[in-house]
Amino acid sequence: MELLSGGDMLVRALQDEGVDLIFGYPGGSALHIYDAIFRQKGIKHVLVRHEQGATHAADGYARATGKPGVVLVTSGPGATNAITGIATAYMDSIPMVVISGQVPSDKIGEDAFQETDMVGCSRPIVKHSFLVKSAEEIPAVVKKAFYIASTGRPGPVVIDVPKDVTNPADRFPYEYPEKLRMRSYTPAGKGHTGQIRKALALLLSARRPVIYAGGGVVQGDGAELLTELAQALNYPVTNTLMGLGAYPGSDRRFLGMLGMHGTFEANTAMHHADVIFAIGARFDDRVTNTPGKFCPGAKIIHVDVDPASISKTIVADIPIVGTVQSVLRDMLDMLRESGEQPDQSAIVDWWRQIDDWRERHGIYTAPRYRTDGALIMPQEVITAVHEITGGDAFVTSDVGQHQMFAAQYYRFDKPRRWINSGGLGTMGFGLPAALGVKIAHPDSEVICVTGEGSIQMCIQELSTATQYHLPVKILCLNNQALGMVKQWQEMQYEGRLSNSVYEESLPDFVKLAEAYGHLGMKIERREELRDKLAEAFAIKDRTVFIDVYVDPSEHVYPMQVMPNGSMRDMWLSKTERT
Amino acid sequence: MRRIISVLMENEPGALSRVVGLFSQRGYNIETLTVAPTEDETLSRLTMVTIGDDHKIEQITKNLNKLIDVVKLVDLTEGSHIERELLLVKVRASGAQRDEVKRSVDIFRGQIVDVTSNMYTVQVAGTSDKLDAFLQALGEHTIMEVVRSGVSGIARGEKVLSI
Ligand SMILES: Cc1ncc(C[n+]2csc(CCOP(=O)(O)OP(=O)(O)O)c2C)c(N)n1
Ligand SMILES: [Mg+2]
Repeated sequence: MELLSGGDMLVRALQDEGVDLIFGYPGGSALHIYDAIFRQKGIKHVLVRHEQGATHAADGYARATGKPGVVLVTSGPGATNAITGIATAYMDSIPMVVISGQVPSDKIGEDAFQETDMVGCSRPIVKHSFLVKSAEEIPAVVKKAFYIASTGRPGPVVIDVPKDVTNPADRFPYEYPEKLRMRSYTPAGKGHTGQIRKALALLLSARRPVIYAGGGVVQGDGAELLTELAQALNYPVTNTLMGLGAYPGSDRRFLGMLGMHGTFEANTAMHHADVIFAIGARFDDRVTNTPGKFCPGAKIIHVDVDPASISKTIVADIPIVGTVQSVLRDMLDMLRESGEQPDQSAIVDWWRQIDDWRERHGIYTAPRYRTDGALIMPQEVITAVHEITGGDAFVTSDVGQHQMFAAQYYRFDKPRRWINSGGLGTMGFGLPAALGVKIAHPDSEVICVTGEGSIQMCIQELSTATQYHLPVKILCLNNQALGMVKQWQEMQYEGRLSNSVYEESLPDFVKLAEAYGHLGMKIERREELRDKLAEAFAIKDRTVFIDVYVDPSEHVYPMQVMPNGSMRDMWLSKTERT
Repeated sequence: MRRIISVLMENEPGALSRVVGLFSQRGYNIETLTVAPTEDETLSRLTMVTIGDDHKIEQITKNLNKLIDVVKLVDLTEGSHIERELLLVKVRASGAQRDEVKRSVDIFRGQIVDVTSNMYTVQVAGTSDKLDAFLQALGEHTIMEVVRSGVSGIARGEKVLSI
């Protein structure tokens, strides 16, 4: 058997696991590993400019491909800098493996230089973690880490590696385990047939059904099957912020997103539904609004791969634990075998009702924002970009109003195209995530929709884009404020804008982009919007920073009324309430 | 409601902190917690007493099961079971008090395990209720120090928690 040092073993194990890309940043405790990376070919390492950027880039890569993202950082500050990105991946159930260097085993606990208890720091935000005790453990630990990260409800796994374990002087026999046995971890597989049958019967008996699909359908590669089911039944579908793309956004059965900034028709249909088929969704508080007022007349079917997600906030009438793919496949088989159909006249009535809601306040039946002003409206920027890119781009986003406008107006037809931090809401996610996506899909259009606030939280990654020639588009909806914060302050704090404006301190983003070797473009006049956007999107070989000055007074609507509102209680504009 | 949850988990460093971390992270409370190795050296057994309604307990057991280190668990209070806690207490005992303390110890089937001229150290095993009652019988003013082990439990009959 081949003898390898711990550092070489780690890299070889990653290769044997099929890893070809790592995002990372070196430092003392990780140097043996970095040397092993230097001496090999199979894995490309992308040097970011901040460890947070590494985690978000790996995360973006994972969301776009379904493969686990891999991160390598050093101990201490390298590890703590990765924490925000690990938490982001954890909240959205993204498969990721983070390898952190650690001080030598015999120094652990002595407050050694650059020592932090990484396993401890990351404990509440990882699916699992390992502290490697000896080099011989490395192959099995790597195998387990990838298995845990990518199966069941996916999530980040940390491998903390003390420096002595990777010492090049100590060599051990290397063999990558083929099989894995973990008595304490058995991810859910197929759903219970009896439950699925019951669920289908309930679904078929519905008169006002809604399919509520979340990020689990995207992550679990269930979008096609879900689409098939919804179309076979002719039932309306709404997606969560995380689930956009799980059902084609341009299909007439799609009601739009639901929840805090969901469409009028989606939230109202949910409220009046008699059967809700929730799949790969977790009844997040940004979806349900006040749990006690959630969908009063609905029976709830809840499919999820994670049993702990079921009946956590909203009690399910028919819980089904299983992978979305297997449950949907079983359900479609049963539907075909039974030959049964829903009550057509009830469903026709339901659609008539929904279409009426759409006509009244839907954001896709008419613009619900000002169209006659001099200022550029953020909604029309996203709409224009959707048109120019044929709706086929990968869109990452940061957090704020721009994120909601992107979610509402870039109507995603395919899964894995919409990449945002839904659960943690991490400003700074968008740009590094876009770089990760671009590496995965070099020939596709990748857009980071951002705000002038968020972009400054990971702006340093513009330099990574230069080094690796990653021509993404950065679309900054510049409202010269922390817009979403400002919106809340205007709605709930009588307009006291406490620390949500920058007092003329914004950088010149065009010059900033140029300083990094990119193209910068500023769009200020409404009449030049389309032409300039078309010009920017015609450029394929440069990173382009498009700084669009939008109406700073615009709010995101609909917005659910809080606190104590139900799903259907919404502000539709600054003055109009349901 | 009071529940006794018994957990078999990997005997790995960090496993206990994951369990305890879960409780603080999700705002569940722990009344008592004991943990020790089992006959299988790769496993340790953790017993905890927690209080919550059915919904909360369901969430607790689901989230415990989700921890990778947890191999198996059972809510002992769902069936008939035996629970025991060990109490060590130092009691002031001089003069006439000495007999009185001894009588209480006998009634509660305890044992005096250490003595000086001014005190007894008493050991009592039993349910938590019984230990509470014993301490009450002694009276606050006589008690110098109390140590309780936390609850251990096992199912009645042939049911066993093993892998
Ligand atoms: C790291 C982080 N800090 C703070 C927040 C709270 N927050 C949410 S939205 C927002 C404003 C974002 O401003 P900008 O990026 O300009 O987007 P806009 O809302 O103006 O479109 C803030 C501060 C957050 N989500 N993430
Ligand atoms: Mg802004």
